[in-house]
Amino acid sequence: MERKVLADVERHYLRTIKKFPTVWCAGCGLGIIMGGIIRAIDSLALDNDEVAMVSGIGCTGRMPVYLDFNTLHTTHGRALAFATGLKMARPDLKVIVVMGDGDALAIGGNHFIHACRRNIDMTAIIVNNMTYGMTGGQYSPTTPQWDFATTAPYGNLEQPFDIAELARYAGASFVARTSAYHTTELPKLVAQGIAKRGFAVIEVISHCHTNYGKLNRKGGAVEMLQWQRDHIIPLSRYEKLSPEERAGKIPRGVLFEKEAPEYVAEYEKVIERAMAEAGREG
Amino acid sequence: MSPNARVRFLSGNEACAEGALAAGCRFYAGYPITPSTEIAEILSLRLPQIGGKFIQMEDEIASIAAVIGASIGGLKAMTATSGPGFSLMQENIGFAAMAEIPCVIVNVQRTGPSTGLPTQPAQGDVMQARWGTHGDHPIIALAPSTVRECFDLTVRAFNLSERYRTPVIVLMDADIAHLREKVELPAPGTFEVVERLRPGVPPDWYAPYSESEGPVPPLATFGTGYRFHITGLFHDIHGFPTTRLDEINPAIERVFGKIEHHLADILQWEEFAMEGAEVAVVAYGSVARAALRAVKEARHQGFPAGLAKLLTIWPFPEEYLSRLAERCRLLVVPEMNLGQLVREVERAVCGRARVRRVNRADGAIITPGQILSALREE
Repeated sequence: MERKVLADVERHYLRTIKKFPTVWCAGCGLGIIMGGIIRAIDSLALDNDEVAMVSGIGCTGRMPVYLDFNTLHTTHGRALAFATGLKMARPDLKVIVVMGDGDALAIGGNHFIHACRRNIDMTAIIVNNMTYGMTGGQYSPTTPQWDFATTAPYGNLEQPFDIAELARYAGASFVARTSAYHTTELPKLVAQGIAKRGFAVIEVISHCHTNYGKLNRKGGAVEMLQWQRDHIIPLSRYEKLSPEERAGKIPRGVLFEKEAPEYVAEYEKVIERAMAEAGREG
Repeated sequence: MSPNARVRFLSGNEACAEGALAAGCRFYAGYPITPSTEIAEILSLRLPQIGGKFIQMEDEIASIAAVIGASIGGLKAMTATSGPGFSLMQENIGFAAMAEIPCVIVNVQRTGPSTGLPTQPAQGDVMQARWGTHGDHPIIALAPSTVRECFDLTVRAFNLSERYRTPVIVLMDADIAHLREKVELPAPGTFEVVERLRPGVPPDWYAPYSESEGPVPPLATFGTGYRFHITGLFHDIHGFPTTRLDEINPAIERVFGKIEHHLADILQWEEFAMEGAEVAVVAYGSVARAALRAVKEARHQGFPAGLAKLLTIWPFPEEYLSRLAERCRLLVVPEMNLGQLVREVERAVCGRARVRRVNRADGAIITPGQILSALREE
């Protein structure tokens, strides 16, 4: 089998004019994650025209501009709502929505649970760096309790969301987790999510060494990647651990999957029924 | 009556939904709120019958977002709401203005602020329609005063939004939304239906914000081979973010210019009994009905009064009002608010005629009698 050169893959999906360097800090996980998404799309042999990437506001929100797809950079928290309209208008498009933890779960939390509930066919990739990076390190809905943030100088007293649990119980049909460190797992999970007919959520734990890392003495990008390597472990291994051993560990891989009716396909059936009924009456 | 005309007994909301369908609307996203809800109910039934799509979103913010998303996907799309929902939509209306995505927002006004008086009529969102979203931006807002106009102006809202790649607001009010009148709806094919300009150039040459083909660039539909970027950031002609002054300033100029240079097409007003009128009422929306009655009564009493009914309120018909000031010594501006559009009237008139306000914002309608006294009082 012919093995594609990575640089060629990236060149095929990256925009070439006027877009680089990225706005992201040196060492940021977003570059790795963007590469992983590109490889996922390549592994599915998707044409650039078939893919729409939608984002909100924040560091992650800037990703679509670098990618040569149909790209839509929306308002803070609303990416999934824009994407819902787009997907309904163009069911043929593979809609990928990239969001940060603040974007997806704080300001966009309502849209997130409802997109899960509708089980609309799109792939939500949530880059979870546990902070608001672009605005300088304020606490987010996933900041661990008592960690520091620029708006939590005494420690964050709020308990964080578990994105995967939230997605599962809100109705998503595919839920996975990985990290920026796990560069070979990421494309596989994203590809599975895109291929899944229904709402797929992939949480990618990443690092903001610039803000969260500095405030919490987590070291630089390398140290934070090493933390991801050591603490984010395969689900199969996690399940074998005792409750005590599980403390401080986070499971990764496909965490939940189910088959359920998908929104847009179901709506097509509604159209068929409505047209038939209107035809009989008219 | 033309042989194709369809005589119906409709409410303003029903006529608005009919207008949307006639204009080619194929996507509706909304959130229930009185007094606009019938529009959603009708479209939830009718859209799938013609292959269109309806979705009830989790809130009004999501509704306008889904509308913009569907428009990017190539469908004519709209939402309908009332004051509280209109407030929630403001940020994304700004996005549509910035990204130049056609869409229609119907705001059936009720008395505010806040939850206000659900659901008494008001015209309290006139300034919000103009300036509700942050930052400078052009906007178009239309105000129907009859059930037939609810149909016509909804069609027109779609046409203007498609022609100028802009959000267009239909400012109805609870009064006109729930009023039933006999209406003669025009037969399909007897009125203009505008489709947005789509690119004629190959994808490689396409620039979604270039003025090479005129002030309103063609808009490609996502998924049709024209891959491009849409953002609420200031952007260059390709849609990519920029902070360069030599790219931002021409963009601002073009976006304002596309509206300002087409006022003859966008502005609409109607005159009643303005021949020889020495005083006139300047009214819009359902208040124009009371104004018409007042003017008829004044004429009956031999008093030279006329009515200038504004159908387009944003952009404001400044020149027309300026000319009106030359013709009349007094302009009476009745509004179901504490004085919003009258500020624009005063600005345009610039002291050349007296401007008298008639206002109430307590949920009650302005009566012909109130307007008549304002006309006759010297």
